[in-house]
Amino acid sequence: MNTLNVKIDPRDGKLVMAHFYVAFIALAVGGLAGLLQTLVRSGKFVLPAGIGYYQILTVHGVVLGLVLTTFFIMGFQIAATSRTSGTLSNLQRKLGWIGFWLMTAGTLMAATMILLNKASVLYTFYAPLQAHFIYYLGLTLVVVGSWVDGAAVLGKYISWRKQNPGQPSPLITFMAVVNTMLWIVATIGVASTVLFQLLPWSLGIVDRVDVLVSRTLFWYFGHPLVYFWLLPAYMAWYVVIPKVIGAKIFSDSLARLSFILFLLFSIPVGFHHQLMEPGIDPAWKFLQVILTFLVVIPSLMTAFSLFATFESYGRSKGATGLFGWFKKLPWGDARFTVPFIGMLSFIPAGAGGLVNASHQLNQVIHNTIWVTGHFHLTLATAVVLTFFGITYWLVPHVTGRVLTKAMNKLAIYQGVLWAIGMTFMSGAMHAAGLLGAPRRSSFSEYGGAAQASEWIPYQIAQAVGGTILFIAIILMLYIFVNLAFFAPKGEEEFPIGEVSDKAEKTPMVFENWKLWLGITALLILFAYTIPFIDMIQNAPIGSKGYKLW
Amino acid sequence: MHMHKFEKIWLIFGIGTLLVFLTVLGVSAFYLGNQPPSCLATINPEKVDTTAPFNEPGLKKVEGKDWDYELVYVAQAFAYTPGEIEVPLGAKVKVIATTKDVIHGFQVAGTNINMMLEPGYISEYVTTFDKVGEYLILCNEYCGSGHHMMTSKIKVVE
Repeated sequence: MNTLNVKIDPRDGKLVMAHFYVAFIALAVGGLAGLLQTLVRSGKFVLPAGIGYYQILTVHGVVLGLVLTTFFIMGFQIAATSRTSGTLSNLQRKLGWIGFWLMTAGTLMAATMILLNKASVLYTFYAPLQAHFIYYLGLTLVVVGSWVDGAAVLGKYISWRKQNPGQPSPLITFMAVVNTMLWIVATIGVASTVLFQLLPWSLGIVDRVDVLVSRTLFWYFGHPLVYFWLLPAYMAWYVVIPKVIGAKIFSDSLARLSFILFLLFSIPVGFHHQLMEPGIDPAWKFLQVILTFLVVIPSLMTAFSLFATFESYGRSKGATGLFGWFKKLPWGDARFTVPFIGMLSFIPAGAGGLVNASHQLNQVIHNTIWVTGHFHLTLATAVVLTFFGITYWLVPHVTGRVLTKAMNKLAIYQGVLWAIGMTFMSGAMHAAGLLGAPRRSSFSEYGGAAQASEWIPYQIAQAVGGTILFIAIILMLYIFVNLAFFAPKGEEEFPIGEVSDKAEKTPMVFENWKLWLGITALLILFAYTIPFIDMIQNAPIGSKGYKLW
Repeated sequence: MHMHKFEKIWLIFGIGTLLVFLTVLGVSAFYLGNQPPSCLATINPEKVDTTAPFNEPGLKKVEGKDWDYELVYVAQAFAYTPGEIEVPLGAKVKVIATTKDVIHGFQVAGTNINMMLEPGYISEYVTTFDKVGEYLILCNEYCGSGHHMMTSKIKVVE
């Protein structure tokens, strides 16, 4: 691999940092919105100046769920590709910048409409609630921008393959390519509903919208969206973490296989978000439930691979006994410890996810705050803490600075604080959800109902957790600013793990995109064609738009 | 492609568990009939008030069906009709609901009744009320500024 850069080219580094600035501004804004929500829901606090709870909620979802994640992921994937497959060409970098500015312009358009209270429709924007057309247009630009951004990664991958015929691509580049493909296939759904349904409808070109078709297209996108968030964390777990702790990657082939399985099984599964909906046949719901559960297989493979790496490392350092290796792990290194907390949170998060996707159990927790608790463990702990762990080395690597001992220590405190805050908040959300407390709802005593009064102590616990989390966010922002502008000059490593000598040669079949994208398309057609035709053939009259906020 | 022996054991155990799990879900759904609410019936959302059974919301005794009562709800921003209802203990009830405007939720807290109400569609669920008490109905899908005020009440009485 003659193109391997030990250090990212500064021109690519600048592009990466541009993405990260937006991502961390989003963290600040979205984190504040989250804090305010938990305070309102405790019943002890009222928003000032006529700001609406649902306005804040829209800010929180859009800014953290869509903006922070997409910008961070695009930046990280560009960095990983540039590091392992070589500096981007001028054209590829230009695509990256065009993508970045499109996404930024779209974000500003959507944000303006939310602040003007013309788009309090949450980040899922379910019709027939109708936002201002500029909101939909802004979100479209974010998606289109991400495609152009992704083209930089795909372009680099293609040129690497041309220069290295017959060779498997660098592992983390391969993973970035899988995630970019996943993203493009998935966003076709949301782009379709926005471009063909919601935009013409909000502009008044058409009167009515088919609600079920719009929701189905949204959830065709909505579930792979969560894997789009998760796979970059897996990239760090598979490729970066082994190098950080001084171990080898357990198996290159199995890592690629698990990524391919995620590509196949994360898309044809959107119905498990629609199990409680009247317009979809239960047999088709069940089929997609089965496909949903197939991601259990790559998840188990990932868990095995990670802990195999940890254990073999500990044993190579002389650990004995069943769990002796655990003590040998570098707990003092934030680049390891913070993502590790994220990995741990994925255990209860995954278990909760099994409940959510179950055909019948879903009925108990659907749209309760249990679901909010669930994705604050997956996205807002496992994924986000891994992103923070990446930030600790990637930002100084790019800015030519170092993570000092003091910052490393602060970073560990930050991770621990996050875990404590999230235990309170997510734990209370899970518990209240089982008792029936709904998600996405402002504080309410529900006409003095006895059942609703049982939820209030949990809501106070959520506010306590939310406050601790907000302190952790401030610490994170402080560390980010330090690493970007103030930390001492020096060389910070971009850790890329090497494959264990015992691992076998990687088969080339993984690079056969015709095969994998072909199977992906077949699975999607299998899971969606007939129910989608049913929806259109049996559609009721469409809905006019409502502005009820 | 080589796989470590322990990984094989781990995956065989994991996939085996998954198969058992999916079988349980499948038997429950298709043999015991525990399907999520999927009525597949449609309605004109602008003519709900004049379409049976939604022209007469409330509890109605029925004969010759698998259930004893039909409990009909109409949802609109930000209320359910009826706002309060009494159901006799042990009654087997088919809950039938729809919405006149945007998407609403229909959740009876502390029970398994939980369904989406979408404009143009009718949602149904059959259940037995076998515990005395007051049950809160609430909207669990965001529908606008009064979303959290949208409630109704079921009193199960002897």
